[in-house]
Amino acid sequence: MAALTLKINNKAYTIEADPKMPLLWAIRDLAGLTGTKYGCGIAQCGACTVHLEGTPIRSCSVPVSAAANKNITTIEGLSSDNSHPVQQAWISEQVPQCGYCQSGQIMAATALLKKTPNPNDKDIDAAMQGHICRCGTYPRIRKAIKTASMLMAQKGQVK
Amino acid sequence: MIMDTISKNISRRNFIKLSGLTGAALTLGFSPPTNGKEAEIINPFATDSSGIELNAWISIDTTGKVTITNHRAEMGQGSYQAVPQIIAEELEIDLNQVNIIFGAGNNKKYGSQITGGSSTVRGSYKNLLRLSASAREMLIEAAVKKWNVSKSECYAENGKVIHKPSGKKYGYGELVEAASKLEPPKNVVLKNPKEYKVLRKPLPRQDNPQKVNGKAIFGIDFKLPGMMYAVVERSPRFEGKVKSINDAETKKIPGVKYVLKVNRDVFNNMREGVAVVADNLWAAMQGRKALKVEWDDSAFPHHSTEQLYSTLREMSKGEIISYRTKGNFSAAFENAEKKMEAFYETPYESHSCMEPLNCTAHVTDDQCEIWGPIQAPDWIQSNLSAHLKLPMEKVTVNMTFLGGGFGRKAFTDYPYEAAMISKEIKAPVQVVWTREDDMTVGPFRPGMVYRCKAGLNNGKISAFETKMAGQNMGQQEPGADKKGYNDSVTEGLLEPYFNSFPHHSFGDAPLDSPIPVMWWRSVYASTNGFAYESFIDELANEAGKDPLEFRKQHLWEERYQHLIDKLEEVSGWKSRKKNEGFGVAITECFSSIVGEVVKVSKGINGKVKIDKVWAVMDCGWYVNPDIIKAQVEGSIVMALGAATKHATHFTDGLAVEKNFNTYLMPRINEIPEIEVHVMENEEKAGGVGEPGLPPFTPALTNAIFDLTGKRIRVLPFNLDEV
Repeated sequence: MAALTLKINNKAYTIEADPKMPLLWAIRDLAGLTGTKYGCGIAQCGACTVHLEGTPIRSCSVPVSAAANKNITTIEGLSSDNSHPVQQAWISEQVPQCGYCQSGQIMAATALLKKTPNPNDKDIDAAMQGHICRCGTYPRIRKAIKTASMLMAQKGQVK
Repeated sequence: MIMDTISKNISRRNFIKLSGLTGAALTLGFSPPTNGKEAEIINPFATDSSGIELNAWISIDTTGKVTITNHRAEMGQGSYQAVPQIIAEELEIDLNQVNIIFGAGNNKKYGSQITGGSSTVRGSYKNLLRLSASAREMLIEAAVKKWNVSKSECYAENGKVIHKPSGKKYGYGELVEAASKLEPPKNVVLKNPKEYKVLRKPLPRQDNPQKVNGKAIFGIDFKLPGMMYAVVERSPRFEGKVKSINDAETKKIPGVKYVLKVNRDVFNNMREGVAVVADNLWAAMQGRKALKVEWDDSAFPHHSTEQLYSTLREMSKGEIISYRTKGNFSAAFENAEKKMEAFYETPYESHSCMEPLNCTAHVTDDQCEIWGPIQAPDWIQSNLSAHLKLPMEKVTVNMTFLGGGFGRKAFTDYPYEAAMISKEIKAPVQVVWTREDDMTVGPFRPGMVYRCKAGLNNGKISAFETKMAGQNMGQQEPGADKKGYNDSVTEGLLEPYFNSFPHHSFGDAPLDSPIPVMWWRSVYASTNGFAYESFIDELANEAGKDPLEFRKQHLWEERYQHLIDKLEEVSGWKSRKKNEGFGVAITECFSSIVGEVVKVSKGINGKVKIDKVWAVMDCGWYVNPDIIKAQVEGSIVMALGAATKHATHFTDGLAVEKNFNTYLMPRINEIPEIEVHVMENEEKAGGVGEPGLPPFTPALTNAIFDLTGKRIRVLPFNLDEV
């Protein structure tokens, strides 16, 4: 066990944890932020995706010690009032069905749009094919990413 | 989100407290459902309601806030939107001002809550419309009395009653106290669908805002003070007894509190496991890794996929238990001008909801409370009441949001297991299944072999027979009657075929196996549809007819002709080009008819690719066209996975595919364009969540045949290898 500091969504959390504990469980059970989901535990489904220093990572497969003192962004950090353009696009295209995988999908899409503000279908395929949606919302995810890109261009903002 | 509501002996104070309402309220519900009688609408505060279990769906408080109880699970299919959208129409309220709560398990109060069989809307819409219209009429009546005017001069709109001549208005909140003293009207006139303002509109889902910011609470997100976490090592084969446990290393893991044997109720067969309980989930998982359990599973068959399917193939050729027959199939087949026979095989499948199974239980000496992703709260309530020997009212089963269900979460095994652990450790506990547990323990969709035979005379089907070999989901309880027929053998087949096939015979040969099996989205139709619609396509080809025209000649009812016409029109069926393969399939289940056309072609690499899918859904009376479209899109993606990507195999009694690295899911780059159309008619409401799934696979394989001449009869197949 070790005392660690996690910087999640610009807030510091001091936690006591086995350094080998995957970051996912530290975020969910120790910091209490349950928007990030467990799906497979082996980096195959993308449900646990968060940003580590702005880069999307699979939190189920990163030990908590590797994330200590670094900037972590989870779904809760995008906005709690759904004002982020990706959240707005997800609502306007009515993407979620069960919604369980969508935190990971949204985090991946946000990272994609930051790097590639106007992605084409191939960019979307490359960025999103690590993410499973069992409800099959893929066609709407594709549309929503394009809508978000448009919203961001309109607002001239890239978060 | 407020978990349950009004149960037990309803009291106004209790209801108000639980639902967050203020002061007086108008609350309307139904009398408990009784067989053969129409449910009666009750105002519990106007009558002597002591002891009545109110089936409460609507409550309006003095601020005008409307609370609606959703008695069904929300697993992605949209009940959380559909139920309020129905109510808002006749109640004349703004859907965005509604507070929605999930009803806890209570069969006496709500009737069946099993969220399966695509039944939420079709099972309750007529009552919900009546209930909402009754509440509206009572509010108007209350205003009429206050103003002392004629009722014909008043109407309701947007949460207000308006007196037309004077323009005077009362908000519903100002009327609830007076309205709550009135008797509900005996008869109400429902709107003509042409007048709908809320229904039939593609309104955004009420649950989506909380599903894009991490706030929606799924079962796995639920927490209680002092809650422990457990993972369970279950017999790796489907049946097995614990021979020995070595937990020396487990107990060294910091946080691990208990190691205990626990049973899981699988259709009344107790299956054993060893639970590791810790104060955090990671510690429980580590403790389980360090655990050594020896199993005695020598008494049970260790099936392999090869053995299973060779048995099923033999069974499909032998004696069957007959379900539905007409005329004399054998004689008609013998006399047919052309005869055909074909075998179709579909695999075992895992549900693999994105939210792995989990359940939170708190059992004390005199009560039990459950929270979780649950499709059948009332089943769990009665199962636990019986096993824990507690009265029904002492067992509360709360639904959270479900991260997928697809039939798996209608099963009572995982809440049972959680309850037993909680009872033993005398503390609240959350049991979490790892992905590997979720994928290997079952229940699965059963694997099937179909033997289809048919005769053609004058280009039409004169005789049709199907023998289905596979596990019968209804025969898993100890002592089940294994000689009973399976009435699901015809699920998926269009009803008019029974009239147009002059001689027919349908039956099954049930396989006995310890592999647990359960409903998987669209249930038997998900596999039957592949056999029937492939075979009908083969018959069309044998008859030298266009596949859509051939179907049209056998489906003369107007409703089906309209659907075929629509399918032909939207897909451009008649103008299809030479180097394109087009396939069609139409199936019917849960009172909805869906036709799909798939277009395929060869890519530059010579491999077959899916270019587009057109779907036409006829579900009769409907609520929200956008949810229907989303459900059909999702059904097509799920079918694509089961057709071309994944299957569960068995070796030596063990499931082979354990996680998404071997049980491969369709990914965003593999999804074709999907265009969905909804038929407009006034037929009764049919299901929406499942019926879009069965036609996709046969439409795809029929399209591949059209393009390449290759007939695919065994699933799954690799699209790259066609």
